[in-house]
Amino acid sequence: MSLLGLKTFRHGVHPPEAKDATKDLPIRQFPFAPLLTLPLSQHLGKPAKAVVREGQEVRRGQVVAEPDGFFSVAMHAPASGVIERIGLAPSIGGQMVPALYLAPFPGSTQEVADGKPCDLQTATPDQILAAIQAAGVVGLGGAAFPTHVKLKIPEGKSADTLLINGAECEPYLTTDHRVMLEQTDDIFVGVRYLLKATGAGRCILGVEENKPDAVERLRARLPQDLPASVESLRVKYPQGAEKMLITALLGREVPSGGLPLDAHALCVNVATCAEIGRLLPHGRGIQERVITITGPAVEKKGNYRIPIGTPLRFLLDYVGVAADVNRVFLGGPMMGAAAPSLDIPITKGTSGVTAFRDLEAERTHAQVFPCIRCGYCLDACPIFLNPAELGLLARNREYQRMASERRLMDCFECGSCSYVCPAHIPLVQQFRAAKAAVRKAGAPR
Amino acid sequence: MTVAKTLEIRTSPHIVSGYGVDSIMFNVVLALLPAAAFAAYAFGLTALLTLAVAVASCAAAERWVSRRQGRSTLGDWSIVITGLLFGLTLPPSLPLWMVALGGVIATLLGKAIFGGLGQNPFNPALVGRAFLQAAFPASMTTWAPAFAEGRFGSLASSSLAFPFAKPAYDAVSAATPLARWKFDGVLTPAGDLAFGLTGGSAGETSAVLILLGGAYLIARNMMSWRIPAGLLLAVVIVSGAAHAWDPSRYAPPQFMLFSGGLMLGAVFMATDMVASPLTPLGCWLYGALIGVLIAVIRIWGAMPEGVMYAILLGNAVSPQIDRLIQPRVYGTLPKEARS
Repeated sequence: MSLLGLKTFRHGVHPPEAKDATKDLPIRQFPFAPLLTLPLSQHLGKPAKAVVREGQEVRRGQVVAEPDGFFSVAMHAPASGVIERIGLAPSIGGQMVPALYLAPFPGSTQEVADGKPCDLQTATPDQILAAIQAAGVVGLGGAAFPTHVKLKIPEGKSADTLLINGAECEPYLTTDHRVMLEQTDDIFVGVRYLLKATGAGRCILGVEENKPDAVERLRARLPQDLPASVESLRVKYPQGAEKMLITALLGREVPSGGLPLDAHALCVNVATCAEIGRLLPHGRGIQERVITITGPAVEKKGNYRIPIGTPLRFLLDYVGVAADVNRVFLGGPMMGAAAPSLDIPITKGTSGVTAFRDLEAERTHAQVFPCIRCGYCLDACPIFLNPAELGLLARNREYQRMASERRLMDCFECGSCSYVCPAHIPLVQQFRAAKAAVRKAGAPR
Repeated sequence: MTVAKTLEIRTSPHIVSGYGVDSIMFNVVLALLPAAAFAAYAFGLTALLTLAVAVASCAAAERWVSRRQGRSTLGDWSIVITGLLFGLTLPPSLPLWMVALGGVIATLLGKAIFGGLGQNPFNPALVGRAFLQAAFPASMTTWAPAFAEGRFGSLASSSLAFPFAKPAYDAVSAATPLARWKFDGVLTPAGDLAFGLTGGSAGETSAVLILLGGAYLIARNMMSWRIPAGLLLAVVIVSGAAHAWDPSRYAPPQFMLFSGGLMLGAVFMATDMVASPLTPLGCWLYGALIGVLIAVIRIWGAMPEGVMYAILLGNAVSPQIDRLIQPRVYGTLPKEARS
């Protein structure tokens, strides 16, 4: 839908954008840590299978783990070095997961090994999907869903439009913004691969209007023969959620419990699209990604191209953090997960690292009041749930009723309700717990 | 620099909007101040004292309850709203002991007994007023005239009446515009009503200042505009239809809008967040329902005024409205969402 000429969706919130500190800083290369941690599962689905041994020397870009079935992707060595150990590593969820530890050679030129290129002209859609899987591509916006699975259109369904998601509605993060400015042509190459792989007839790139330079550059570089357009979106959180993007750009709703394909659309994050365009012509895989390192506690804020597997501790030491750092989270403040350990590595799904000082963190410690039924959360929820009532039900642990009567399972945990709640009730936090309880009980969704 | 501190682990979101319940409540108090100040100006020291006793008695009762529960709830400002609203609905010359008794009742029976802030099914201020109306009907319908001479230097003699003694009223008392219309058929000009140049309850009189306070809250997104809109619209439609039917028997809608406690009720009472529905459509319905009830009670009821009962009835059905009307969830059909 469109409001005053700018495309948008209904409801949502307006958190401070906080992007000024990094939005004009060009992407810089991040140095190699002395030891990189490479979890075998950096994506949703089955972990990859390691194809290297302890002590083996690997070359940068070499495949170190192969996909285990369709719902899995490959992993490449982010640096030339030696596999020091195969063991367990801490993850963002708190549990220990299998991982490779790679020690980069200090003096190496770190040249990237090319693989078998995927030729856009001759490749079939299935060959493109296989190339995307072999390149280890997952959703770089944060979900880390294997991209080739998303692009595989099941029998009987079709996509007429490919949506490239450049909304970047999450406060603080400027990753996609910089990619749109600096990898503009890669994006359009990626779009060509994606259009061919999915059979979609056209492509729309959606960008929030707080990035006018990106919109301008995309429009200026848009190839004449590409059936694509660039649309400005109103600045509103969570514009970058797939459902909200589809509603804003196409005026369609994704049916409850359905996929974007049920609205004949496919959404791909703009950085993912750029990586496809950058990697596939050379047969390379993802061994690094662009992240924003930002937040009031960070000294050298910026946008970095960082090797996958860089431990958080090394990263923070390199950029420098304030003495009163209080909270470090992967991603932005609305949906990012607080790091339980500084030994967890940057993975493919990490779009940024944000660090808060005591001052910023304290604001979320405000006194919790009883719900006064102000209705702010109803006006915030982008999918029109009733968070106030869900919150009351959650307090009474009526998890099944939340799901059966109030559509709890439709919540995609954007956090808008918690953000606006003047009583500071941890609504989305309760909903996460409730959803987990419902899933565990195996109730129908 | 190495991180040498224990980091905090919390789930997202890591930022909040900055509005708090206390800041919303404080702004409601601010929005009520112009109307309260005008009441003090129009009725003098008497009204000032009535308001002060109303707020103080409510706050004292709240403090007593919260202390027993081992917490402090005065800081959320909500009880000050209750006290101010309660005071504004009273005849300014009401004996002060009645004011204090009503304030305590409003706090205990209107709010505390249900569990305090966020739990009250009815607007607590109106519970207090309903109690006084039932207990002391005569005192609750004796109105001091507005803009009396020497109102800043002396108190109405009834104000300081001893508890349970028959209050001595000043010789001059004034009928409210609604009573004059209902019982004498005299119509007060709407302009006088809008600016509060008539007799009535302390806060019933200046519609313009009340609307100003409401506009401030609506502009700051601290009040549902749909409730007063639905309410006023319903009053205009019902009373307008009646007036068109027989202008000699039924008062014109502009008189209805600006007389009595309608504005105070529509803007500050019916909009009590706790006792009103959550959904936009629910707010419209709830407002309209109260508006229809007000018009019906005023036109065909035995009493000249019906705002209090209409809002209390509206409060009573608000949970049912919330049960029936749910927002249509994204990606569902209208029928499905109501399951």
